[in-house]
This record gives sequence, C-alpha cells and structure tokens, in this order.
Amino acid sequence: MDFFLQLLVNGICIGLIYGISAMGFVMIFKASSVINFAHGELLAIGAFLFLTLVTWAELPVYAAFLLTLVGSFALGFIVERLFLRPLIGEPLIEVIMLTVGLASMFKGIMLFIWGGNLHTFPDFLPETLTLQWGTIHVPPVYVAALIIGLLFLTLFGLFFKYSSQGIFMRSVADNQSAALSLGVHVKRVFALSWGIAALVAAMSGIVLGIMNGINVHELSSIGLKVFPVVILGGLDSIGGAVIGGILIGLLETFTGGYLSTSLKDVLPYIVLVVILLVKPYGLFGLVEIERV
Amino acid sequence: MLLEINNISIVYADVIQVLKGVSLNVETHKIVSLLGSNGAGKTTTLKAISGLLKPENGKVTDGSIVYEGNRIDNLSPEEITRKGIIQVLEGRQPFKYLTIEENLRVGTATRWGKPYRKDLEMVYDYFPALLSRRKSLAGYCSGGELQMLVMGRALMAHPRLLLLDEPSLGLAPLVVREIFKIIRRINEEQGTTIVLVEQNSTMALQIAHYGYVMENGKIVMEGTAEDLRKNPDIKEFYLGKGSADALKSYQNVKSYRRRKRWL
Repeated sequence: MDFFLQLLVNGICIGLIYGISAMGFVMIFKASSVINFAHGELLAIGAFLFLTLVTWAELPVYAAFLLTLVGSFALGFIVERLFLRPLIGEPLIEVIMLTVGLASMFKGIMLFIWGGNLHTFPDFLPETLTLQWGTIHVPPVYVAALIIGLLFLTLFGLFFKYSSQGIFMRSVADNQSAALSLGVHVKRVFALSWGIAALVAAMSGIVLGIMNGINVHELSSIGLKVFPVVILGGLDSIGGAVIGGILIGLLETFTGGYLSTSLKDVLPYIVLVVILLVKPYGLFGLVEIERV
Repeated sequence: MLLEINNISIVYADVIQVLKGVSLNVETHKIVSLLGSNGAGKTTTLKAISGLLKPENGKVTDGSIVYEGNRIDNLSPEEITRKGIIQVLEGRQPFKYLTIEENLRVGTATRWGKPYRKDLEMVYDYFPALLSRRKSLAGYCSGGELQMLVMGRALMAHPRLLLLDEPSLGLAPLVVREIFKIIRRINEEQGTTIVLVEQNSTMALQIAHYGYVMENGKIVMEGTAEDLRKNPDIKEFYLGKGSADALKSYQNVKSYRRRKRWL
C-alpha cells in the first residue's frame, strides 16, 4: 500500500510537469493549428540554458530560473518572427515540416555547444523541501515539481480567464476571421503563443533535467511525450493536456514500479494507439458546440 | 465624405475577378445600404473596405478606397480596424467557447488596455437581452441573441464606420424589426456611419438614407432610399410588389426583358 501511494505521488508530480509542457504544445496548436515537432528541443534548450546560467555564469538559482524563463520566452517569440511568420497563409504541411527542420537545427546547435554527454545540475534544492508522511518519502525535486506545476497552472488559468490578452488569444483559437474583423492582432497572438510555449517547455525541461540529468537526446525524446499526452487529453483542450499529462505520468510510474522500468517509456505510446482507436478526439477533445 | 470608393476592381487568387469598377460614396453619419442578389459582390465590397480580403487571398487591383482623405486599399485588417472601421461578418460568427461578456471584451482589441466598463454598459443598454446571459457560452445562444452579440461586440470598438453584412439573415421578422430599430438608434445616438448589406430590401430601404444596387460585380443603380423605394424596377425585383397590372409578372415577357437589359 505504501509503495502504491509512493508511486501515486511521484506519478502525479511528474505528470503535472508533462501536462504543463503539453499545455504549451496545445497552445500553439489552438492558436495557429501548427503541430510543433520542435517542442522537445525547446524543452532541452531551456534545461541547458539554466545549466549554463547556474554553473558557468554562477548566478543564484532564482535569478537563473527567471532568466531562463525570460530567455526562452524571447526565443519562442523570435522563432515565430523569423521562421513561422513568413509561412502564414502557406499550406499547413509546410509549416509542420518547418518545425521538423527546426527540431534538427536546435538539436545540432545544442550538440555543438554542450556536446552529447550527460550533465547534471548542482544540488541546489534544500533538503527541507522533502515531504515525509509515514513511510512515504517525496524527494525535493518532486515537491518542487508539484509547487511549480500548480503555480503555473493557476497563473495561466487566471491569465486566460480574466486578462484581455488571454481572452484575445482564446478568441483567435475560436474563430480567426471574426477575431481579425475586430482588430485582434492575430500575428501577435501567434508570437505570444510561441513565447509561452517555449517558456513552459523550458520550465518542464529544468524540472525533468533535475530528475533525470540533462542530455540532448533524452530530453528531446521526453519532449515527444507531449504526443501521447495531448492525444490522450485531446489536441485542442488545455485542461485536457494537464489531465492527460497526469495520467501519462501515473501510467509511467506504475509500470516502472510494478512491471518493469524498461517498459516505462514504451507504454505511453501503446496507450496512444489504443486511445486513437477508441476515442480519436481524446478524452477531453473539444465537443463541437452545434446549434440545432 | 467619410469613405470614397473609386472604380475598384477586385481579384481573388490572381485570377478570379469579382468586382469590376465599383464606385460608391458614404457620407458621415449616414446609413448607406447595398442591395443585390447573391453573388453580386456586396460582401466582397465590404471586405475590401475592412481589409479582410487580404487573408482570403483577394486584392484590390485597380482604383482606390479613400477613408478620411487617406488611401486604405490593401492595408492589413489590423491597421484598418484601428482607424475605426469595423465589419460585422455575415452569418454572425461568435466566439462559441467564450461567454457573452468575453465576446464583448474582444471588441476592445483595437484599444487594448483602456477601460471598457462604460462601453459594456452601453452595449447592455442597446441589447438588454445580452445582460441576463452574460455568463453563458455564446455557442448556446439563439440566433437573435447572437446577432445582437456580434453587433454589440463591434460597438465595443467605438467604430466610426460600421459595416453590417446581412444582419437579418435567418432571423424571425419580429427580431429583424427589433435589430433594424437598434441599427437606426446606433446611427442616431452614436453618430456611427453605417454601410448595410441586405437581402431584406424592404427593411434596409426603410432605415437607410442612400442606397446602391449591385449586380454581377457592378453598381447598376443608386439613389436616395426614397427614390429607390419608388423606382418601379426596384419595387418589382427587390421589394416584391410590382405595379398592379404587372402582378402576374412571372409570365410577363416584357418584365423579363427589362430585367435582362438591367443586368
């Protein structure tokens, strides 16, 4: 029973991070219908940026964290400006191919700068962050993941629900030509969604980097886990992305705990296939409102 | 003159010519109505003014659109809306997954960051039906409510030139009358200049000051609303009340010929 609870807590913590990372992916898809294959690389870049700022520039952790977030937001913004904006109005498949290209470009640059070895962050999380209930022991990273995850979820929830810019973003996702007719700056919304996506990807990259170490290939393949997550949750539902993330996180830790660790990384994709067979729009895919 | 369209031609996707030399003028504070059958080019004309042609791969290839003395043809919709021209699209197009109030807030996009509470009150004053439903998703509202919603949403942007594309589409006659009453009130109280595209010519000519009739991408007739209402051709083809002896006009060859010449 204790083992079960332990896995449950771990799964939820990791899943929350997956969910947040998937949220960025869904945001780009909702705003501009672009499927971003470079999501995993954005995640890895965030982790490496943080690593550089902490070890090489020797900044305090908080400053490095904030700077990474700002930096990745800017990166997402620039990527949209330089690569995606010229392709607005072109067939979607070209844009999606572009993101595949971006993925290999980012990977190459990262291998060039940081090499293919496994790096680790210095141990900076205080031991006091550990949670201990009876025999259940939650290490500091997982607690940090939980805190960061919940914090960002609330922040983005409030942003989309109440702020004008958040409402504009939702309006573009809802009906682009109507948004255009009211003067919503659609291109700015695209740029903003790329910025936010890169930011949340970087954040989950940092947390996953602390958990598993930082390696270009590994982190970008974790980034690909957004696919089972968003397919499970529904490609166009931000809430679904979070719940899908938690489900995949749980699934992973339970297979790792009860079956075998080597099966852990495969199972999400098996689930993906099953979900596509039974519920192709995902568990929380948008139910089209139809007026009869 | 608030808006002058001089002899514009519009081409979609570089090959399909939709408008061939359309000219029309819109005076400040007036309601100008644009009538015509389906495919005449009314909506395209509106989209040329509001800049929404561009994302649809259409282009003004000839002539000019002058708004308050500046040319606006082929500007982006972002720029044009910020000059005070707002188009209300045909077929209502609400943001279905946003609540009524959030829909209205999108209308403030052209002046992002400025207070909007007063404007919300103003819109609820024009359309009291929206107030009681402000928290519900637009996707679940009735057609009449949605028409009020999209008009209110446009009002939130403080338009000086409002382009209305078929506000009566698919609405019950009573609701249509209500909507048109409000359009006239908006014109009188806010001083908003309105270009009204309509199939319901009777209603349109009742509230408009001036009217244009389009056929096949051309303007074929223009005049004050009163003159148009009295014109025998308009009466027959658009208002559905031919002169007494022409009542059986379906078999009336003469009237058919007249229409032919007209097109």
